[in-house]
Amino acid sequence: MLDVALRTRRGAFVLDVSFTGPSAGLTALFGPSGCGKSSIVEAIAGLLPPDEGHIRLGAATLFDSARGIDLPLHRRGIGYVFQDARLFPHMSVRANLLYGFRRAGGERRIGFDHVVELLGVGALLQRRPANLSGGERQRVALGRALLAQPRLLLMDEPLAALDAGRKAEIMPYIELLRDDAGIPIVYVSHALDEVVRLADTVVVLAEGRVAAAGDITAVLARLDLFPPDSAYEAGALVAARVAGHEAFALTRLAFDGGELLVPRLDRPIGAGLRLRIRARDVMLALAPHSDISALNVLPAVVEDVRIAGDGCHADVRIAVGRARLVSRITQRSVERLGLVGGAQVFAVIKSVAIDGRSAGPPPHAGETLTD
Amino acid sequence: MPLSPVELEALLLSLRISGVAVLFSLPPALLCAFVLARTAFPGKVLVDGLVHLPLVLPPVVMGYLLLITLGTRAPIGGWLLDTFGIRLVFSWTGAAVAAGIVTFPFQVRAMRLSLEAVDPGLEAAARSLGATRADVFASVTLPLMSPGIVAGVITAFAASLGEFGAIITFVSNVPGETQTLPLAIYSAIQTPGNEAAAARLAALSIGLALAGLLSAEVAGRQARRLIGR
Repeated sequence: MLDVALRTRRGAFVLDVSFTGPSAGLTALFGPSGCGKSSIVEAIAGLLPPDEGHIRLGAATLFDSARGIDLPLHRRGIGYVFQDARLFPHMSVRANLLYGFRRAGGERRIGFDHVVELLGVGALLQRRPANLSGGERQRVALGRALLAQPRLLLMDEPLAALDAGRKAEIMPYIELLRDDAGIPIVYVSHALDEVVRLADTVVVLAEGRVAAAGDITAVLARLDLFPPDSAYEAGALVAARVAGHEAFALTRLAFDGGELLVPRLDRPIGAGLRLRIRARDVMLALAPHSDISALNVLPAVVEDVRIAGDGCHADVRIAVGRARLVSRITQRSVERLGLVGGAQVFAVIKSVAIDGRSAGPPPHAGETLTD
Repeated sequence: MPLSPVELEALLLSLRISGVAVLFSLPPALLCAFVLARTAFPGKVLVDGLVHLPLVLPPVVMGYLLLITLGTRAPIGGWLLDTFGIRLVFSWTGAAVAAGIVTFPFQVRAMRLSLEAVDPGLEAAARSLGATRADVFASVTLPLMSPGIVAGVITAFAASLGEFGAIITFVSNVPGETQTLPLAIYSAIQTPGNEAAAARLAALSIGLALAGLLSAEVAGRQARRLIGR
């Protein structure tokens, strides 16, 4: 388990956070720039020690101001993946991959050939970093960090420098690492789509403090974190399973609250996935209309209504079976439909509003890399 | 263009003196470059100025300063003679010391510039991969600054070949011992009827200087390609 408690002051900025992350899976540190993400990353990596606090990883203490422990960077065993890859320009891809591998003491659980295969960099081994694309570079950087046999992978906005196409190229590899490497990952990002797709635990940061932390589905269902005036779109995360493929290129998904029809997803029947449904794509109705174009009409119960300060918007959290969705509607509609906690409604979701690209496989699907 | 034995001797002596001068000033130059590029301390401006002083000081003043510190009756020179039996005055080793000090700034400047161009992020990455500071320096920093080291060494070597004032002031003009190419040219010009020798040696000097500059360029390019820039 990763256990972090930090307090540090840089000029007027005060960082005061504490959180824990599971010993497997991906923990996302999420927040806008300037919220303190970088300071936390630098403290965990050992680049910049905090004023006080502790950083523990399982039984190992990396930093503890009270006990005077500050493990130097090179002995922390943290695989650091930077936004800008930082491959050594004077070495081949192979030499880059082997840099940490050769310096790792003790048993090497993660093998060279396996990582090369996993990340698909076999054809690049003889090349120089200057002759790689941005996506290839980031894949090599992932492999290099992994081969150093780390006890934690620290990814500092690894996709921020890539365009959408390259992002989509790297995302599956990070999912592979998350599920196969058997190493906890701390993933820093200000992009909600990355966090939603990759994380199982999320720590939401705001102005140097932890605004929320815990299971991503629960955190995303909180209405207070994504108000209408925030930079991020409110929405909910739904765990689903492919139940079948249908005519008109539609895929039927089964989830805790029933079934959803979405545009065709290229996944086998039975495959698990996580889907993000944006709050503005969910309508509410008092009767189960069938004479509308939307294909998904699900019975639901209103749990919470949050009125925005702008006088116009409202976020409504509804329970659809055991799943939670968020609907963003106008305050006028809230009043007209008489929406209060406990009200019976129907959630109307357009199929085309669901973006298949936001779907990722759920965490912990595969076998482990160290087998 | 056949050279006389005396002229050949001057050429070989020049090459030897320059070689030794550059070789021995390389490690301290590297250290200086590192300190100037990577550290901050009070009085850094002073150290920076001191290192670059030989660039702007008249070489004869440099020679004079060497004479009053390393001469046989000077404090350091006397101690060297009494303790180790080392006499720098009138010897080729003294010429190498003079050439090494005068061309020191060339090396420091080139190395410092190349070191400042090395991304500290790469060094942090290497550290996170388990390398100690010394390991990082040897495996990342040094290779990445190699174009600067190569350029500095060659420029300093070429400049050493041409050093005149400091050498003649400090170790005098002894044929076969301290008479380098420029000093031999000077002597030839001073001796009536030796104009042909002076011309030959001057042409040789021009050739060497050009070769030095060219090879610095080529080697620098080669090194840059090697480090993928």
